[in-house]
Amino acid sequence: MSQPIVDPNLETLADLNVGDCYQCGKCSAGCPVASCMDILPNRLLRLVQSGHIEKALGAASIWKCVSCMTCTARCPKSVDCAGVMDALRQMAFERGLAPPARRRTVLFQKAFLDNIRRNGRLRELELVGTFKLKAFLGDGNLKALMKDSLLAPKLLRRSKLHFGGSRVSDRGVVDRIFARCRYSGNKDCPSNGTSK
Amino acid sequence: MIEVGYYPGCALHGSSNDYETSVRACLDKLGVSLRELDDWICCGATAAHSLNHKLAVALPARNLALAKRDGMHELLAPCPMCSMELHRANRALAACPQLRREISEIVELEVDGGTRVLNFIEVVQKVGLEEMTRKVVRPLADFRPACYYGCLLTRPPRDVQFDDCEQPGSMEAILAALGAAPVDWNYKTECCGAGMTLADEEIVLELSHKILSDAAAHAASCIVVACPMCHVNLDMKQADIERRFGVRHDLIVYYLSDLIGLALGIDERTLGIDRHFVVK
Repeated sequence: MSQPIVDPNLETLADLNVGDCYQCGKCSAGCPVASCMDILPNRLLRLVQSGHIEKALGAASIWKCVSCMTCTARCPKSVDCAGVMDALRQMAFERGLAPPARRRTVLFQKAFLDNIRRNGRLRELELVGTFKLKAFLGDGNLKALMKDSLLAPKLLRRSKLHFGGSRVSDRGVVDRIFARCRYSGNKDCPSNGTSK
Repeated sequence: MIEVGYYPGCALHGSSNDYETSVRACLDKLGVSLRELDDWICCGATAAHSLNHKLAVALPARNLALAKRDGMHELLAPCPMCSMELHRANRALAACPQLRREISEIVELEVDGGTRVLNFIEVVQKVGLEEMTRKVVRPLADFRPACYYGCLLTRPPRDVQFDDCEQPGSMEAILAALGAAPVDWNYKTECCGAGMTLADEEIVLELSHKILSDAAAHAASCIVVACPMCHVNLDMKQADIERRFGVRHDLIVYYLSDLIGLALGIDERTLGIDRHFVVK
């Protein structure tokens, strides 16, 4: 018998079937970023099963995950492993528990959602600008700030850069959707981090 | 003329507008007319499903509700990120009346999870390979493409229910019908690093390098994708990858619609191929 799940939110987040995992390790074997994970996907599942949620929430792995869904597709017990990653990310984000070294990834996802909330559709240039500036203010990494500046003229030459970008006519509805979903966009990201 | 609802998504209206150019030119030639969804919003992509589970359902659901309101029964989303999110919301909504009521209130429109979501390959299949082949004026005899599906065209299979998620073959079938000789290779469904380009570039360079290397090792003359993110990582980042690993890949990355378009006699400029980073 599998152990009960401690956090009831986990079960409601995505039909996750965490209790069904029997530790075959197929998720970790097929994971394209397993080599740079501190806690492998199958071990994260075990931590969740055994109630050690806090440890799972602090893992760098959950922010290294590229959401390729290979783990979910291959699980012989139909555990939605990628869904577990999502659930852990959301909880870690809301509680401000992401490790400082993964600050940039959290900042990026947050800048992406804030951008959509403002515009309804993604405005790429604005996303790059706000993300890079906030990341720089956090870690002072000048090289990362300047990195893609040479890309702009190349994109411009290919008509791939848009200063305006298309917006939806009713942006109010997007903002209301965010509010009703209780998106906690104002949570601070962990500070004093490094870029890698 | 087949009419299909069209959800471009942010990438196709942004820096991947060459994909939109290509899809529109190609489908026009195939006799498919696209009716763009009015006032569509972003599907939320990885950011929404990473940070807020409810948004990950509500954002795509708003688009499904707009489609329903406008009488669109089928909706083409050429970006697999968008189509996967739309599929996933559809399935969740169709399965649960309580969720339908809740999400309908959140998105201020009634949703029922009944819209048929299509990726680009499915629209070509809808036209039919025979019908497509009848229109070929320039067979792709010199092409040995490595068909790259990436992640979300076929995964998660429970949601997208398209092709075989371990050994897909729908792109090979289309290209073989056009006279090309697709190569057999190992990285068809491996991840390119997707949207991590800005947040964690090293992952993208490493994963995409493996994909380009395997395609080259199997004597592919080009790579074919049906995803804007895969295209950015394999095409736009190819020079960075070559610098980072000290190799020369020099592989042109086509959208599937580019190659169909070429076979149907459309020129490279009209398809937007001249706006790629790696060119002939």
